[in-house]
Amino acid sequence: MVQGWAQIAIFIVVLVALTKPVGVYMARVFTNQRVFLTPIVGPIERLAYRALRVRLDAEEQDWKAYARSLIVFSLLFWVALYLILRTQGIQPFNPEGFHSGPWDLSFNTTSSFITNTNWQYYGGETTLTYFAQMAGLAVQNFVSAAVGIAVLVALIRGIVARSGESIGNFWQDLVRILLYLLVPISIIGALFLVSQGVIQNLSSSTVVHTLGGGQQILAQGPVASQEVIKELGTNGGGFFNVNSAYPFENPTALTNFFELLLILVIPAGLTYTYGRMVGNQRQGWAIFAAMFVLFVAGVVVVYMAEQHGSPAQHAAGLHTAAFDGSTGGNMVGKEQRFGIANSALWSAVTTVTSCGAVNAAFESLTGLGGAVPFANLGFSEVIFGGVGAGLYSMLLYVLLAVFIGGLMVGRTPEYLGKKIGAREIKLVSLGVLFTPLVVLLSAGVASATELGKRSLYAGINPQGFSENLYAYLSQANNNGSAFAGYTGFIQPNAPGNHGAYGISFADLVGGVVMVGARFAPILFVLAVAGALAGKKVSPAGLGTMRTDNPTFVFLLIGVVILVGALTFFPALLLGPIAQSLSTRLF
Amino acid sequence: MRRDLLTSLLAVVLMTVGLGLVYPLAITGIAQVVFPGSANGSKVSFEGRVVGSKLIGQEFKGRAFFHSRPSATEYSGNVTFFGNGGPNNVETRESIREKLAAYVKLEKPYYRSLTRAGVPVDAVTESASGVDPHISEANAGIQAHRIAAVRKLPLEQVEELISDHTDDRFLGVLGEPGVNVLQLNIALEEEAPLK
Repeated sequence: MVQGWAQIAIFIVVLVALTKPVGVYMARVFTNQRVFLTPIVGPIERLAYRALRVRLDAEEQDWKAYARSLIVFSLLFWVALYLILRTQGIQPFNPEGFHSGPWDLSFNTTSSFITNTNWQYYGGETTLTYFAQMAGLAVQNFVSAAVGIAVLVALIRGIVARSGESIGNFWQDLVRILLYLLVPISIIGALFLVSQGVIQNLSSSTVVHTLGGGQQILAQGPVASQEVIKELGTNGGGFFNVNSAYPFENPTALTNFFELLLILVIPAGLTYTYGRMVGNQRQGWAIFAAMFVLFVAGVVVVYMAEQHGSPAQHAAGLHTAAFDGSTGGNMVGKEQRFGIANSALWSAVTTVTSCGAVNAAFESLTGLGGAVPFANLGFSEVIFGGVGAGLYSMLLYVLLAVFIGGLMVGRTPEYLGKKIGAREIKLVSLGVLFTPLVVLLSAGVASATELGKRSLYAGINPQGFSENLYAYLSQANNNGSAFAGYTGFIQPNAPGNHGAYGISFADLVGGVVMVGARFAPILFVLAVAGALAGKKVSPAGLGTMRTDNPTFVFLLIGVVILVGALTFFPALLLGPIAQSLSTRLF
Repeated sequence: MRRDLLTSLLAVVLMTVGLGLVYPLAITGIAQVVFPGSANGSKVSFEGRVVGSKLIGQEFKGRAFFHSRPSATEYSGNVTFFGNGGPNNVETRESIREKLAAYVKLEKPYYRSLTRAGVPVDAVTESASGVDPHISEANAGIQAHRIAAVRKLPLEQVEELISDHTDDRFLGVLGEPGVNVLQLNIALEEEAPLK
């Protein structure tokens, strides 16, 4: 295990080292300053504003105008993506001749990609044209990520505003985040991935006669260009059904390391950006520290649990101890090149962020190992979280912690000099509790009715309950990882959509859950931004509760765990906890 | 509102074209010129014909080849899914139990000291991708005895081939070492072909 711990440690060190430089760069992009890419990107940026008919000088937006632009934009893109998924038969770049899938599945997939969830009931290589993957889904990987970051930037502006209405301009944020951040990293990253073996072509699938005398059909496609933004934008929707476990998406330990960094680099860097934009670096590090502690705790648990092996393995008489030349542990649903450590690390990284890409099968994780993704989702994706979304959700928890701390010391709660009043706390509470409420309602209905049963793989037992709960946790938190036995799409004649049909209940409920749990919190966050923007800053006094010291970090962690645990503990008992306390099989 | 609609409409079109067509097609173009081998699937040939990809595992049966890890998808390269064997499932136990018995039954005649306790986990568990190109070094080391006997090669020579086709940890640190089964079997066929 020493080797495994060393790999995890190296990853963490590199991540921490990147946090500051990436954070500084993003702060300059968000505050419209010059960066080293300006000479190249600047002209494109000005061209984009002209093409979009955006006049920046006259268009500072208050929170309502910002929200309206965001909602109208997302709505139109929803329609566009749905149309793309429904018109596969007439599209170019369709060497396999795929037709469109069922309408209810398309509803789910569209909602999934617009909301940065990338929950997938479909399998990419068996149902989608290259056109739909490139011009439909991958576009959303960029755009939904940029929207999430834009909301965060607007919230930060509200926090630092010296009394005013404006929280920036949505279109400018969108364009700059895309052109200065997501696209440049994607171009370099995609080419690097290709150099390591990730495929990038438009050919039809290749039929080979194997060495052993059989036949194998190798699906092809423009994978690298999608893979890189899938991780960087914490989207997670794989080109292939088995996602980053498939060698054409993630061929080596090096690409695995690189993809893991892509997932976390922006969410981690944003904490530094935050400190810089509010003018107090310690505020950023305090939030980073709270996230970091919860993240590392998760990694440790899932690694140790997976290395121990599963009850099913032990009952079969398999020895799961590591020995020379063998990783040992629970290798069911894991790849040899990643081993236990990198699979465990990935499982934690992809669920603390809202990425949801996987390099191992979640359904095959041990009970305790699988409980970590559950817990991470139960904490509402605030441990680093999705790009932008993680930090803006965490800032809601920060305000909640400030409020609770204020109550404890008996003073008016203040954050960065701004008094937190009743209106802000109401909005914060709504923002924090909306998603858990949606999860429990939808998972409850799906578990209690016959309609939900058809989606289960494991049947009516703790594993089946886990599948169900996880499906709605994942969709509501816009994560997209899955206990993959759970399904909303039946495809008897794969590859191709011939004879395929969706499970309408799962598809529609899931789609509505994703859209609701994405955009309602965004509106609450923007409303908080607007409310804070108008507040005067009062100087910090002796009695002001500090929000940049270990005490506050501890309080913040406590609030996150308290809200998550109180909400989900009873449900978790029935699934992963029942499984991990038992060596029984069922 | 009308301004928002107009700008949104323009943005949808512009971004779909820019991010959805220009970007991926440009990457494809560059990749096809600079990295044609890897961009098209890292294909490997034997006796002048393409027999697969070095990154995608395939099925090997019989006694003359190294065997890949078990697959839930029959090593499909175009219909991928997870095996989804749950940690507390009876089916998972039965699947592993059968594979364990079959592995010992196949290898023990050539490697008398093999016991169930000595079987590495990767040999009897389904991989995630269904096409894991690698097996562990321990797994290859056990199978080497069978290969040496069937192909009438000295064990040392087989072990040398194994180490030639082992992908080590990156910089000695990242990942787990894995023996590339397809490339190893190709090398075997080249060095000691079955008549």
